[in-house]
Amino acid sequence: MKTIRRRHKKTTKSVALHLRNHTIKLLEERANIIRQSIIEMLAEAGSGHTAGALGMADVFTALYFHILNHQPQKPNWEDRDRVILSNGHICPVQYASLAYAGYFPVSELLTLRKFGSRLQGHPHRESLPGIETTSGPLGSGLSQAAGIAYAARMDGKKFRTYCLMSDGEQDEGNTWEAVMFVGKNKLSNLTVIIDRNNIQIDGVTENIMPLEPLEDKYKAFNWHVISISGHNFREIISAIEEAKKNYEKPTVIIAHTIPSKGVKAIEGDYRWHGKPPTPEEAVRFLEGFRL
Amino acid sequence: MPINPKAKLAKDVLNVKTIKRVATRDGYGQGLLESGTRDKRVVAVCADLVESTRTEDFAKKFPDRFIEVGVAEQNLITVASGLASYGKIPFAASYAAFSPGRNWEQIRTTICYNNVPVKIVGSHAGLSVGPDGATHQAIEDIATTRVLANMTVISPSDMNEAYKATLASVTTSGPVYLRLCRENTPVFTTSKTPFKVGRAEIFFDYKGKPDVVIVATGPLVYEALIAADILEKQGRKVRVLNLHTIKPIDKVALIKSAKDAGAIVTVEEHQIYGGMGSAVVEVLSQSYPVPVEFIGINDKFGESGQAKELLEKFNLTAPSIVKAAQRAIRRKS
Repeated sequence: MKTIRRRHKKTTKSVALHLRNHTIKLLEERANIIRQSIIEMLAEAGSGHTAGALGMADVFTALYFHILNHQPQKPNWEDRDRVILSNGHICPVQYASLAYAGYFPVSELLTLRKFGSRLQGHPHRESLPGIETTSGPLGSGLSQAAGIAYAARMDGKKFRTYCLMSDGEQDEGNTWEAVMFVGKNKLSNLTVIIDRNNIQIDGVTENIMPLEPLEDKYKAFNWHVISISGHNFREIISAIEEAKKNYEKPTVIIAHTIPSKGVKAIEGDYRWHGKPPTPEEAVRFLEGFRL
Repeated sequence: MPINPKAKLAKDVLNVKTIKRVATRDGYGQGLLESGTRDKRVVAVCADLVESTRTEDFAKKFPDRFIEVGVAEQNLITVASGLASYGKIPFAASYAAFSPGRNWEQIRTTICYNNVPVKIVGSHAGLSVGPDGATHQAIEDIATTRVLANMTVISPSDMNEAYKATLASVTTSGPVYLRLCRENTPVFTTSKTPFKVGRAEIFFDYKGKPDVVIVATGPLVYEALIAADILEKQGRKVRVLNLHTIKPIDKVALIKSAKDAGAIVTVEEHQIYGGMGSAVVEVLSQSYPVPVEFIGINDKFGESGQAKELLEKFNLTAPSIVKAAQRAIRRKS
């Protein structure tokens, strides 16, 4: 096992070259299975959010199949790592990850958004095992994650809390109240991953409400900042490992992602933020994974 | 003596000159301290109002279980949500105008729909905040909290009841809203006065059937007692019901009151629209409709002034309650 260092943009970080190529290949295959499920789920539901769910498939796969200390058969195990999905609208990627990790049957995925389903349109804590917080309305996830991380530190618990946020919800006031709070309290047991896909419902983030320089904003609030490609498993995993080693500051990982990653025909198109594929489109999109 | 002896109210309860006056928020402060001593899961979160929400004593005694979030009511509630989903029992305190005022959607989604046991403490409710004026006078908070599924809403009538309500909040599962007031108001209940979440208490009654029942909540329960005393001297038979828990509402006590008296007056320091009186009528209209007169704020904002001046201007004191009772009785025939 060896670790080397290389430059990535402005940030220096160790890249997890100790991971075997075989491990990476398995994760990539898993992420593509999750992507295919997302397409099937959304087409079957007839509504939902495609771009963000596909774009975050690699990050979710890295979390649920490599990073997390969890027991899917015991979803309420008290020492489990917590995953707080703040931008609840990308829940198809979380649902698919949870199902393949063993929290509930994979066959249930196709009930997404349907009457009587545990897979609500936006996640509901009491409905589905593995969901820590009800979410959907943007900007409230980070402070809930902060509350959990704070309580864990009070009780001397060693588990880690991961909060997944969108870039669009950086527009919310509640987000920055939480950013200040986490910085003040040096919650180094909390790691945030921002899906920096540059789109939101009405268009490109830098047109709707410019976020840059986003790294500098977090640094100014006393966070440790790492920028990575959200589609490179070595970068995702090494960034999270780097965050675990930081006992001084909370870490935000700005994961640059491509909206709808994996489906070439629609990659990067903001219009796919909030719509599902039609059954015909789904067939075409799925064929792309079998080439 | 029509003061209900079982209510074990203070001696000389109707002597307005000698009765002790302490704010309900002080009862909360003592209750929070006691709750913290009894249960280690209790934590306090505050938004830059430690002294005036009476979170101070807890913060001093349990500094490791006190969290200051600054002037950030949305963060106040959402951090509390996280603490509760981990397993803590957080009391999240601010002024009612801001919490549940500014952060209502966060309360809806992350507390109530999430169904976690956060105890939301809204101090400085009602007009009696006084000189600060309308911006700081929460007169809509009963409406905005009782409409939320899973929420319990408690509006204590005095300091002793606020103390008991705080302790009871810890053992009440799920979200609770505690409505507190800034102004020093009569301490007319005692440590022995019965208190159970969801059960209205009869404070003033006759053996026979009353002519009218006054249903009151918060410190105005005392005004209702004074009004009942005046009405009694006029030869009227009156029952006063302390409806400290607005949700879940005590349907049994309300329907019995309607059947016994055939006329109701509701009294609250809150908007009439959507408030406690509306909640009472929601029950009665489905089960036993009788004439109801509302004492409350009639679709207006408050203003600066002393608490007493404002309560009089907005017709929330005993003389207005007496007139409302007379109207309700007249409407019976």
